[in-house]
Amino acid sequence: MSDKHSKHKSPYTADRLIPGAFEGETVTRRRFMTVGSQAAGGVAAASFLLPALGFAIGPIFKEAPHTWETVGPVDMFPNNNYVPTVITLTPGIGEAGKTTVYVRQRNAAIDTDKADVHSLFIAISSRCAHLGCPVRWVDAAERFICPCHGGVYDLLGRRVGGPPVRPLDRFYTRVVGGQVQIGPRYSVNSELERFSPRDPGEPIDGIGQYMYPSRPSARKL
Amino acid sequence: MARAPKLPAPPMPAALQAPPPRPGDPNGKLTPADHAKEAGTSVVDWVDERTSLSGGARWLMFRKVPKGTNWFYTLGSATMFAFLSQAVTGVFLAMFYRPDPSGGAYESIRHVTNEVFLGQFVRGMHKWGSSVMVILVFLHMGRTFFFGAYKYPRELNWVIGVVLLILTMTMSFTGYLLPFDQRAYWATIVGVNINGTGPLLGPYLSDFLRGGPEFGAVTLSRFYAIHMLLVPGLLAALIGAHLYLVAKLGTTAPPWLKAEKNSELREADA
Repeated sequence: MSDKHSKHKSPYTADRLIPGAFEGETVTRRRFMTVGSQAAGGVAAASFLLPALGFAIGPIFKEAPHTWETVGPVDMFPNNNYVPTVITLTPGIGEAGKTTVYVRQRNAAIDTDKADVHSLFIAISSRCAHLGCPVRWVDAAERFICPCHGGVYDLLGRRVGGPPVRPLDRFYTRVVGGQVQIGPRYSVNSELERFSPRDPGEPIDGIGQYMYPSRPSARKL
Repeated sequence: MARAPKLPAPPMPAALQAPPPRPGDPNGKLTPADHAKEAGTSVVDWVDERTSLSGGARWLMFRKVPKGTNWFYTLGSATMFAFLSQAVTGVFLAMFYRPDPSGGAYESIRHVTNEVFLGQFVRGMHKWGSSVMVILVFLHMGRTFFFGAYKYPRELNWVIGVVLLILTMTMSFTGYLLPFDQRAYWATIVGVNINGTGPLLGPYLSDFLRGGPEFGAVTLSRFYAIHMLLVPGLLAALIGAHLYLVAKLGTTAPPWLKAEKNSELREADA
């Protein structure tokens, strides 16, 4: 402790022979002014920096609204092949807000994931789980193939080749009045268990689900 | 008695003419032409008397440079001029650009390229100039590395230079989206997702860049604001700091130059 003020000097300004010192005063007026102006400057800076910062990072904590979009009647979708449909992820920005979703009916013989009202129809996202390029369903190969870096997925969207770190994302589906509706996105691990949606390139098997936590802006149902 | 008007004197040979009054001669009166000649000096003096800028300008510009300085030492200036070119062309492109993701952005770029006078040229300078700047940054970095110019006492300038490199990359990344064609869109999707692969903070960084969980209405405006307001200000400020340290510390001699042993050959002792 090399505190020279307490060791060599009295805490009282009067003892330190400072002119005009008051009885019992420990803070000089010069020090009071210095600290006071620094505090005022800090408050003034924080009063615009904190709201601006909150404004900029606010979207991270805002949950995107869940929308359900009708893509067609139930008999439009076979249970052994995919029908490409286009849904709007972000309204108001035209083509940039749309994405392709591959839809088919659930097939008890091949589908092993959780069966509930949201998986009567399987809706596979065309967003590659590597870095987000658009995959396409190639009928002859019975594979989803990504044009960018060569990711390949099977009929269930599980990775069979290339750099992707997890299966293709899926969308919740439901049937309302004989029409298939596509809802929010969710991600699946290699066992096709549901997870809150992760961005491409983020593995969710094992430790991956903790290394790449889910975000407040997008949760599973 | 009225006198007849005097005729002008005939032209005299130069040798026989009276010499013009010396500046500062109390007998010689200053004509308006003299004042006009002095105007530039007067203005500079007026400013300098009130700011003392000339000392700083001399300090910055008239520096001693080591023997052996060569063309490789111009790469930093070249990078700075590439930045200035990007700044000027970028300001004028911003006068036409609309960051509207529902078609306006692409349309405004198409308008600049196809219809505005010299638009294709100015946009081309900005587009190709960005690659030139990145290449020059790396050449400048290579020069600094191979000449050992990052060593004491210039480590801080190396650190600032690395930050400038990262900011230049940020400019390239955010500027790539602005034309809003297929390449711009998908390259940004991939780029943002590469950011997202950083553990723990990556997903939040992606959300920050996009302004939400999906590519949305504000993504383009975010990139535009980062590209033309946030990063250029930081770049300009750090280039100022970079230049200050160059002027303060001086440039290094090339590594193949040995220190001069013979004191008789030194200029100061000659």
